[in-house]
Amino acid sequence: MELQAVLMAAGGGSRMTDLTYNTPKPMLPVGNKPLMWYPLNLLERVGFEEVIVITTKEVQKMMATDPKMKIDVKMKLDVVCIQEDGDMGTADALRHIQQKIKTDVLVVSCDLITDVALHEVVDLFRAHNATLAMLMSNAHEFTETVPGQKGKKKTAEQRDFVGVDQSGKRLLFMANEADLEDGLSIRKSIMRKHPRMHIKTGLVDAHLYCLKKAVVDFLADNKSISSIRGELVPYLVRKQFSKTTNSPKIKDDAENQNQKTNDSSTNHELLISSRDEPLLQLAQERSCWNDHRGDMSEAYHGGKLRCYVHIIDQGLCCRVNTLAAYIEANRLAPKLFEEPAVHPSAVISERCQMGSDSIIGALCQVADKTSIKRSTLGNSTTVKEKVKVTNSIIMHGVTIEEGCNIQGSVICSNAVIGRGADLKYCLVGNGQRIEPEVIVTT
Amino acid sequence: MADSGVTDEPGTKDDVHRAKTEGKELSKEEKQRLRKEKKQQKKNKEKKDEKASHESEKKKNKEEKPVSAAAPASQPPTQPSTQKAVPAPAPVPVPVSETPALADKPAKTKADLKAERRARQEAERASKQAATSKPKAPPNELQPVVKRLPEHVQVDNPGVLKKLAKKLERQQTPGCNAATNAKIPLRLDYGYKVSLFSHLHQYSRKAPLTQQLSIPSTVIHPAIVRLGLQYSQGIVAGSNARSVALLHAFKQVIRDYTTPPNEELSRDLVNKLKPYISFLSQCRPLSASMGNAIKYIKKEISNIPSQCKEEEAKRKLLSCIDCYIDEKIILAAKAIAKSSIEKISNGDVILVYGCSSLVNHILCEAFEKNIKFRVIVVDSRPRLEGREALRRLVQRGISCTYVLISAVSYILPEVSKVFLGAHALLANGYVMSRVGTSQIALVAKAFNVPVLVCCETYKFCERVQTDSFVSNELDDPDDLIVTRKGKTQLEHWQDVPSLGLLNLVYDVTPPDFVDLVITDLGMIPCTSVPVVLRVKNVDQ
Repeated sequence: MELQAVLMAAGGGSRMTDLTYNTPKPMLPVGNKPLMWYPLNLLERVGFEEVIVITTKEVQKMMATDPKMKIDVKMKLDVVCIQEDGDMGTADALRHIQQKIKTDVLVVSCDLITDVALHEVVDLFRAHNATLAMLMSNAHEFTETVPGQKGKKKTAEQRDFVGVDQSGKRLLFMANEADLEDGLSIRKSIMRKHPRMHIKTGLVDAHLYCLKKAVVDFLADNKSISSIRGELVPYLVRKQFSKTTNSPKIKDDAENQNQKTNDSSTNHELLISSRDEPLLQLAQERSCWNDHRGDMSEAYHGGKLRCYVHIIDQGLCCRVNTLAAYIEANRLAPKLFEEPAVHPSAVISERCQMGSDSIIGALCQVADKTSIKRSTLGNSTTVKEKVKVTNSIIMHGVTIEEGCNIQGSVICSNAVIGRGADLKYCLVGNGQRIEPEVIVTT
Repeated sequence: MADSGVTDEPGTKDDVHRAKTEGKELSKEEKQRLRKEKKQQKKNKEKKDEKASHESEKKKNKEEKPVSAAAPASQPPTQPSTQKAVPAPAPVPVPVSETPALADKPAKTKADLKAERRARQEAERASKQAATSKPKAPPNELQPVVKRLPEHVQVDNPGVLKKLAKKLERQQTPGCNAATNAKIPLRLDYGYKVSLFSHLHQYSRKAPLTQQLSIPSTVIHPAIVRLGLQYSQGIVAGSNARSVALLHAFKQVIRDYTTPPNEELSRDLVNKLKPYISFLSQCRPLSASMGNAIKYIKKEISNIPSQCKEEEAKRKLLSCIDCYIDEKIILAAKAIAKSSIEKISNGDVILVYGCSSLVNHILCEAFEKNIKFRVIVVDSRPRLEGREALRRLVQRGISCTYVLISAVSYILPEVSKVFLGAHALLANGYVMSRVGTSQIALVAKAFNVPVLVCCETYKFCERVQTDSFVSNELDDPDDLIVTRKGKTQLEHWQDVPSLGLLNLVYDVTPPDFVDLVITDLGMIPCTSVPVVLRVKNVDQ
């Protein structure tokens, strides 16, 4: 077996608590499908037959009852439950299932919606015998107004600095702004080996990683690493150029002083070796290929630990971890699939004006003289007469009384909007009730 | 791969037949004699009145026919290239031996006799062939009938392409779910092909075969998928490296193999390897060295006795592979280096082309032995492999000069020897190597500089080729596109209907330009390659 897929679906959605305080993030509806259906569909399309899903008990219960998950997902899902409040990071979760991992793993996050050709990432992993291969995307700005936020102020996201080599494939440097104290410092050993480096800041990490089995074993020994993205990946990227990668010494001594406290706890070496190592060496020696030119060293500078990244410029790749991303995803996700915009079981009256990019869920009831444009209606919603819904996301089980005007808003499940209400750029929580004749604007 | 051992077969087959079935040969000859005598008697009845004296001589001829039948058999080993011409020279010694008998006859009738005899012999041989061609066809597939061309040189024939697609579909790995309908994907050609080479495949590096495979590849073993990717992206390039990597991947396959119930390892494993080999040849056409390695492995697998247990069989196969690599690649390199070092003397200026792992090894070994020489590395686009050779030599401390192939006639007056590597050595003595090698050999010949080709015997191929068109490899045409000063002139070459980009990989050098071939069996002239092949065949 070549690769095992692991889906991380235990995240709390800490950056969109308004939506997730009632529904866990993996089950949030995006285009009327639960969020975790998208990465599962990606894995299924590519050819995986089994996925290990790490999630909480609550999500597992919801998964069992959700019709979309039961019918559409044909793969075998091996659900592993972890404590919800256990404060487990992604790396901790991987350590938890170390016994099930028999070969290299492909870790996917549940909030990834993308149509990337996955073979590009995996080909990098295979061809160069890489330890880590990940996916990143050139992000674009969100242009829509986000409900619940004043104006277009963007939250001060910590920037990520990603350094790649000339070809744009080899990952040389990765750091988050929060970890850098006063400046970006790059080690001389990296500059000597790769004198030309492109540093990019606008990239979105898709949280899709191909990791060698040796990394999972390494994690089992080093319990201090708790997050894949936050700690493991920067560690691996740094370790590529560490002087002691190939020597049998245990402690890294020629390291950056700042990281000394971190590294001293990672005692065990990452052993990258394979069977028939001498044959592989012989083949590489006899091969007239080099990944770089201009200096006297052999291919890959003789290093065994290699990290690669595939950066996509076009196509959809978004991670739904903030409200703005959630709205964007709702708009873009339905375009990925050619499903009918209106569910066959929905009852829509003839005098309803429905735009072409709206989605109506199952068992909806839409009355006369309504106008639904660029919006998503969840399952079992009821929309009465003379309602105007524009640019909004309506989740399941919502009732909208007559004469409402909803614009640019997100209405969570089971809410009731009283008659004549006028909502602009609002976020209505789960089960809330909006009184009639209320005007809410930002 | 065109594996038709064209001309050696008749000679070797006859020799072998004679050696093994001595008794049967004689009885066959006796039968032939009887048949001829019967025919001759019929003719004698017709010509009895006129040529009474000729009859006796004809009888003598018939008796010497078995001698002449044996004579052609002994001739093929020395004249391998003339298959049909073999019968023709044979009658020549026969009439010569008969001249004493015919001495008393006038010259005019002698010529008539000769013509008649020749015509009769031709007729009999034709009838003999017709009578015995059926039992002989299976062992000797080189009857003068239409030979089947390998499909990788018939790309412009849509019928052949359809057959190839069907064959890939049928090559499912045994034991996989019938419902999943797993098959080896067919890689599609890319871009406009120059018409002279339209019978060859031309693939794009940006469209790897893995696009059509499922990601945790179940149809094809992951080690083979990795190898195919490395071939198509050029990470493993060079004849020796490709063979070693192939054998390494086969070792993984054999380790992970389990015999299904009711199957024999010797037959099932060979069937398992077939789709993998098709997959690899789709990624990049197989080289001659890879072909020989595959033949060796298949032979070893089929020779495993059926009562052998699976673990033991696997261990045996793995050690066979290790042995093959040790003997044919590592030790051969040592032997070739030892012979070549005798040819390198102090003060030599050696010219090398491209990056040949063997030539680099030789030069490094010679440098270790403290011979004072310097090297000129000639390089060519688009691969620019010479840079890698330059790096390896300079790293050892050898003083090098670097030129592009366009400057080779400028630099040749300084050169004392040319060392070339080979991708394969063909049965008619031609050297198949990286494109540009024949040019270097030609210019070196014009300057009277000796050209030495270094090649291990496992790269010897039974194919015969006299030009670089008939069987070659077309690389990705986009490799020829280069960006200088921010401008890429050929960026939209596909929009120009009359423009074709040709990126050839191999070319063929005639033996007249090659002075010596250094192999692990010794230093041989180029024309002795068929002898080596014959010796190898008899050994095996």
